[in-house]
Amino acid sequence: MIVLIIVAVLVVLAGVIVVVRRRSRRVAAPRVRAAMPEVLVRDVKARPDLGDVATLERRLGSSRSVFERVRALSGVGALSEDQLAIVEEVLLRSDVGVATTNEVLGELREHGAPDGVAQALRNSLLASLGADRSVSVRASAGRVPVWLFVGVNGVGKTTSIGKLAQRLVNEGKSVTLAAGDTFRAAAAEQLEQWATRTGADIVRASEGADPGSVVHDALGRARARGSDIVLADTAGRRSNSTNLLDELAKIRRVADREPGEVVETFMVLDATTGQNALNQAREFLAAAAVTGIVLTKLDGTARGGIVIAIERELAIPVKFVGIGEGVDDLIVFDPQHFVDSLLDA
Amino acid sequence: MFDALSERLERISGSLRSRGRLSESDVDEALGEVRSALLEADVELGVVRAFLDAVRERLSGEALSQSLSPGQQVIKAVHEQLVEVLGSSALKVTYAPKPPTVILLAGLQGAGKTTAAAKLAMWFKQQGRQAYLVGADLQRPAALEQLRVLGAQIGVDVFSESSNPVKVAKKGVAEATRLGRDVVIIDTAGRLAIDDALMREVRAISDATSPHYTFLVIDAVTGQDAVHTAKSFHETLALSGMIITKLDYDARGGAVLSARGVVGRPVVFASTGERLADFDLFHPDRMASRILGMGDVMSLIEQAEQTMDPDVVAQSAGRMMSGTFTLDDFMAQLNQVRKMGSLGGIMKMMPGVTKEMRSAASNVDEGQLNKIEAIVNSMTKRERREPVIIDGSRRTRIAKGSGTSVSAVNQLLKQFGEMRKMMRQMGGAQPSMPGPMGKMASLAARAQAQRAESVPPGFESLAAGMSAGATSRVAGGSKNKKKKGGRVTPPKQR
Repeated sequence: MIVLIIVAVLVVLAGVIVVVRRRSRRVAAPRVRAAMPEVLVRDVKARPDLGDVATLERRLGSSRSVFERVRALSGVGALSEDQLAIVEEVLLRSDVGVATTNEVLGELREHGAPDGVAQALRNSLLASLGADRSVSVRASAGRVPVWLFVGVNGVGKTTSIGKLAQRLVNEGKSVTLAAGDTFRAAAAEQLEQWATRTGADIVRASEGADPGSVVHDALGRARARGSDIVLADTAGRRSNSTNLLDELAKIRRVADREPGEVVETFMVLDATTGQNALNQAREFLAAAAVTGIVLTKLDGTARGGIVIAIERELAIPVKFVGIGEGVDDLIVFDPQHFVDSLLDA
Repeated sequence: MFDALSERLERISGSLRSRGRLSESDVDEALGEVRSALLEADVELGVVRAFLDAVRERLSGEALSQSLSPGQQVIKAVHEQLVEVLGSSALKVTYAPKPPTVILLAGLQGAGKTTAAAKLAMWFKQQGRQAYLVGADLQRPAALEQLRVLGAQIGVDVFSESSNPVKVAKKGVAEATRLGRDVVIIDTAGRLAIDDALMREVRAISDATSPHYTFLVIDAVTGQDAVHTAKSFHETLALSGMIITKLDYDARGGAVLSARGVVGRPVVFASTGERLADFDLFHPDRMASRILGMGDVMSLIEQAEQTMDPDVVAQSAGRMMSGTFTLDDFMAQLNQVRKMGSLGGIMKMMPGVTKEMRSAASNVDEGQLNKIEAIVNSMTKRERREPVIIDGSRRTRIAKGSGTSVSAVNQLLKQFGEMRKMMRQMGGAQPSMPGPMGKMASLAARAQAQRAESVPPGFESLAAGMSAGATSRVAGGSKNKKKKGGRVTPPKQR
């Protein structure tokens, strides 16, 4: 029954849309050039004219001081509600998320803080980051290992591939890049520049080509040339579209077929991302069996605390972090260092 | 993972019903839920606090409404406050008296500046203006190439040269002036707000070109950091407004509210998809509903419009209302709906859908739908038109033909019969649409009414009536509420 009800609901919705749309279309006046939105030619102001900054300062100021306060918390034993409130603020401001923050607070309540609050928080967070972070570069005999890169738009997939290619080349490996982002304009050019810069080989196709076939060609070429590893780029895609996720699953199947073998699937995640990162991780895990996260843009003011929630809930470990624009600024993730910086304003 | 805020508030409000006024502690409890919802939506903590204070003020001492439950009243206050914060001092883009109108885009890496520049150029083009793009991002490999490709796609010229960003921007504006273009859009490199050198550079670009508008391009999935970014860019460039990108992600987009709260400048444009046409003026009311997790009817409608074939839908919807709905129509509808994606995903976007329905929908797998399709396909044309003629032996044949059982065929026929009966009632003289359908229809109409800038005479009152009915239920009401506001004239009758 429920199926039919649902279908009926959708049908009604669709019907209403169509009917209402048609009607509004009929009356919509044609757009004319003169009918421009009302004016507001704002005077070109001398650039910093920031009257309301004072109040902002006050609001944001509290952000800095709260991190200082958590380090200054000296309580030993059970935590007071005030102390917990400060800890909560630190976690929320780091994008850890409400659910995970509440869990961590629960743990702190339960275990107390025998070595001080800051240490207890540190321990609790480190316990969340206990997964295996080893990175695999080896496939079974006769297969070419593939690292597949997935993620939403604009997180830095192509750049991360460039930097990781450099890293692998530095280790003496021969690398083939597969320009699997055939959607975004000039994505292949961008990867090609990285290939030139790092001395890696690259396989690319024209815009709009089938990404699976690009990956397939790259595998053939890598095998023929005896490359040690293939790094495969994919187009940025939102994680709430079934079609785009299906396409990704297909690319992964192609990459995992003879002669290739996907040994790592990295989800590239921008450190400024908020709670949506958890959805991204969940969907990409389901569609492409993500094995690790590359956390980019940690050199800004964002703390990337959402990876704690991701690792706790989905057990996907962060493996690399991007800390700058330089080619060597992509480093192996160190949980201790990460937690320290999370608690350090 | 999290229930919609409206549902949570509805739950806690049960105990408040009998009292005549929202008490301090009621408000505290409700605002606690609002706080979580805002944080889950990535609204920055400081902004959340300021926001909650404002809502508290709105609610303090307000008499309990007759028609709204206390939870709904809180939701209403929150929603209104959101719309007010998001929509106040809206910026309307106008043209400089002496063209070109110069627009500068700035933002973090990966926010979508280059794409936004092209989309904006296309938007101006659609307004009948001549746009011109200037690529001052000389940093990211192939950024210029990307802008050139996009420019070619939309038929807008792109200016650049390999000198330095300030020179490029300046020359670009001069070139646009020479060519007599109406609008020139300057794309700049992505930069971190704490990178002093790059922030000075973008300031130099701004000083050299004196833009009429400076927009911060900000990503809808941004977390707590949005305030730092917005603030730094505002201090450097005195922003006129913001462009929010990637609104098609399932993020709630609280970053908009954070940034808005900190810089006090409105969001002007929103980018809602990968295609260059997926770009338009920003709608504060949609954003407010989104932040509250009240479903996103507009997005649902848009998705439906994109994937469904309007003629097929309209045809069978018409037959549905008149009670002549056949199994063929049903199949056509089912196929249309399946094109939109999983039922579970669709239900998530619908407001006011009960948890049971949602979980039932997410349990429906492709296999079940395939089975239904097989059964219907095993019927003759006549059987599909007149299911009444399907007797015992026909049932056995259909079951065999579809590889299912007679009981499965029976079940489908019975359900179809019930559905048809329901629809006949709906389309009949008594135009009451009980339950979720009435709700859907009214919400869709309300959303449409809000969107349509001009409506035909007479339609206005209908839309107003609907929206009155809808707002009382927007909060996803309890069953008894539905009836009260649920009498809705289906638009068909107009």
